[in-house]
Amino acid sequence: MRIFDFDKEVRFMSLRWPAMIFSTLLILGSIVSLAVNQLNWGLDFTGGTVIEVGYQQPAKLEQVRKQLNEVGFGDAVVQHFGSSEDVLIRLAPREGVKSDTLGDQVMAALRASGEQVDMRRIEFVGPQVGEELTEQGGLAMLVALVCILMYVAMRFEWRFGLGSVAALAHDVIITLGLFSVLQLEFDLTVLAAVLAVIGYSLNDTIVVMDRIRENFRKLRKGEPEEVINISLTQTMSRTIITSGTTLLVLLALFFKGGALIHGFATALLFGIFVGTYSSIYIASSVALMLGISKEDLMPTEVEKEGADLDPLP
Amino acid sequence: MVIIVIAVCALYASPNLYGEDYAVQVSASRNAEVDTRLFEQVKEQLQQDGIDIKSIALEESHLLVRLKSGDDQLVVKEKLEASLGNNYVVALNLAPATPEWLEGLGASPMKLGLDLRGGVHFLMEVDMKAAITRSIEQMEDDFRNSLREEKLRYRRVEQKSDRVDVQFRDQETLDQAITFLEKSNPGVLFKDEGDLLMTATLSELRLKEIREYALKQNITIMRNRVNQLGVAEPVIQRQGSDRIVVQLPGIQDTARAKEILNATATLQFRMVDIEHDVRDAVEGRVPPGAQLLMDRKGQPQLLDKRIMLTGDHIVDASSSFDEYGRPQVNIKLDSEGGNKMSRGTKDNIGKPMATVFIEYKPTSEKDKDGKIVFEKHEEVINVATIQARLGNSFRITGIDSPAEAQNLSLLLRAGALVAPISIVEERTVGPSLGQENIELGMQAIFWGLVLILAFMPIYYRKFGLVANTALLANLVMIIGVMSMIPGATLTLPGMAGIVLTVGMAVDANVLIFERIREELRDGRSPQQAIHHGYDSALSTIADANITTLIAAVILFAVGTGPVKGFSITLAIGILTSMFTAIVGTRAIVNAVWGGKRLNNLSI
Repeated sequence: MRIFDFDKEVRFMSLRWPAMIFSTLLILGSIVSLAVNQLNWGLDFTGGTVIEVGYQQPAKLEQVRKQLNEVGFGDAVVQHFGSSEDVLIRLAPREGVKSDTLGDQVMAALRASGEQVDMRRIEFVGPQVGEELTEQGGLAMLVALVCILMYVAMRFEWRFGLGSVAALAHDVIITLGLFSVLQLEFDLTVLAAVLAVIGYSLNDTIVVMDRIRENFRKLRKGEPEEVINISLTQTMSRTIITSGTTLLVLLALFFKGGALIHGFATALLFGIFVGTYSSIYIASSVALMLGISKEDLMPTEVEKEGADLDPLP
Repeated sequence: MVIIVIAVCALYASPNLYGEDYAVQVSASRNAEVDTRLFEQVKEQLQQDGIDIKSIALEESHLLVRLKSGDDQLVVKEKLEASLGNNYVVALNLAPATPEWLEGLGASPMKLGLDLRGGVHFLMEVDMKAAITRSIEQMEDDFRNSLREEKLRYRRVEQKSDRVDVQFRDQETLDQAITFLEKSNPGVLFKDEGDLLMTATLSELRLKEIREYALKQNITIMRNRVNQLGVAEPVIQRQGSDRIVVQLPGIQDTARAKEILNATATLQFRMVDIEHDVRDAVEGRVPPGAQLLMDRKGQPQLLDKRIMLTGDHIVDASSSFDEYGRPQVNIKLDSEGGNKMSRGTKDNIGKPMATVFIEYKPTSEKDKDGKIVFEKHEEVINVATIQARLGNSFRITGIDSPAEAQNLSLLLRAGALVAPISIVEERTVGPSLGQENIELGMQAIFWGLVLILAFMPIYYRKFGLVANTALLANLVMIIGVMSMIPGATLTLPGMAGIVLTVGMAVDANVLIFERIREELRDGRSPQQAIHHGYDSALSTIADANITTLIAAVILFAVGTGPVKGFSITLAIGILTSMFTAIVGTRAIVNAVWGGKRLNNLSI
């Protein structure tokens, strides 16, 4: 079976300016949203206490709020989590109170009325730990980008390196933008997902670039733009199939994986979309704009390729 | 080769299929041993109570009783606790039901993270500031005394936040003082600030030592206390320079856990009452002013009620050997403690002195506020004869074994915490949520797998089936490798990582198959197309996977807990998928289509 049958080259690059403008708008929108709305930082980064409790029957949030108010937790954010029997209670870090006992106090307050309340999870993160995690997370993202830039530059060519990193930055910013616009909670697992998006998007980009390089060498004639178009067309069906299979499993994760990894699945689902798009339009367009040409890819590459393959597992 | 590798992985993955037995684990606390006697005792008792057990086994440091049903677990725990008493710790456990022949090969199921198992994770921070302040306080104290002893006159000794200032009356004394103090205080930097002022600060090395000591001491104490909690497989690890991770799988009652971890222990030095007969006291005639306590061997000791010294004056305690090679414990006191000791021992030379260890052990009872009732537990850990008037550093000899000396020094140190500790992060997952997480994760993996397995044959026909075989082999390999690596734990994000790899693992095959189709379209023969397809896709696959691997490695290095779990499965998944998708499918393809003259391919 074959869904995509591209016998002729598709002129992807003719659309590169509209695509660039579209992406620029998205990025600007994301940055504005990040600046205005900011991210809805999760407990991991802000510090504080989160308590998840399970009731036998659908829980009445009003009543839970009232119970908490009585014992001085008026500022608690109370919401359903996953199902109507589960309630998530969020408390900001507070001064003076020994914060590590907050969870137990809340449980005691909820149980005071004699109702059967099941403790499902309590998480407490001190404000200092939160700050450190934020720093580490940002650092991880930067280090990842730099390492990848280095690898691609070494393996291919600096224009490709910049192109792929531009694509990655594009994906990361827009994914973060989505989380900011929708005010979805951004916790450690989402950060992990964003890094996985980096890995995935790069995977896509590399496949395309590999083909571009091969075609630059193989095709005698050909303007850079044409070669890129041919390469994109050739890899198109692979790109779509792989994205398709990955999206399939992510849908399974999104619908079956439970509330705890919802954010994770959302970030990946969206990231894969953006990543697929960016490897077509951003990475190759940037390389093209930087003036990639046949000569850049010809010398020394032939022997290098074989030499590089050996140490692989 | 391919078959062997996959078979080995399958073998090591197989323990995961056997599930777990409900078990009760008995281990010895301080002064008891796990031996065949205990084995018999436990066996007999369980038979008496008519409890159906699966097996009892004597393992390295504990006795493991496997039960047939989970309902018995609590009953057995309570019964054993009641009969074995204080000397043993009884803990609930889930023991992997791996058959013996597999265990013999070193195979064991994957370790589950706390989010899948239920339990508590604490991150504790040692208050290093307090540790350093304490040493500076002590330094101040020490200077005052030693300068006075040396008859070096000073105007005042004052403690500042990170240093001690000493004001002198004349330059000559100041110089002498510096020379003298430098000799007796290695690790302290002395400086003449002019105006007859001398400052003393702690050197970097000394500060590091203090921090290191405070951390180690806290870890030791935590370990001791966690042992009392009766947790089957606790993790107590240092993290960074001033943090300790404590993980207690299966603990539900965090309030109780916290109270125990924050419990206090103290030490007292008291004289042994030698004027009265111990035997009378044992019979109930305890003289006024005395107290009857048991020592560690269960022998009664009659002690004077007056406390000569409490443990908070202990600065350091370490075990070593005396000049005859016998084990001893060296104790250092602060100067106030030294004075008290000196006064207390002056008239008691030749008499026995006892060291009493006081712990507040939690009981299973609760008071009306719901707080746990702590039971004061006093025990004589050592009786030694005073040989001379003691000062601020002395030693205890006559100890049976080096292990005993080490244990004693540990207890002495536990009596006085140099730096308080506080909980900076806590994650508790209830057992129901853990079980639910496992189910959700399994479902996500199952559905992801089903979708891919259905899609591939539709799109690539027979080659799709080959890719499916590779995918299944890949899943087995991930689980096998995860079970083989001792440090790898499966977490919920880790399961998400497996789901993600399932989706991405077919990528390599998609690349290869698309290549083969292209080659076919270009008019090559089927055999040539297969050959070229594999060859030219190889470098693309390698490049693409290495970059993802870079991201996974960085995640592993920077991430903690759940994120680490994700990065481990992601990295393992990438490596195994490269193996199965390239080498594995090639082998199948060669076996099916190899060596034949083909007119068309089912791709």
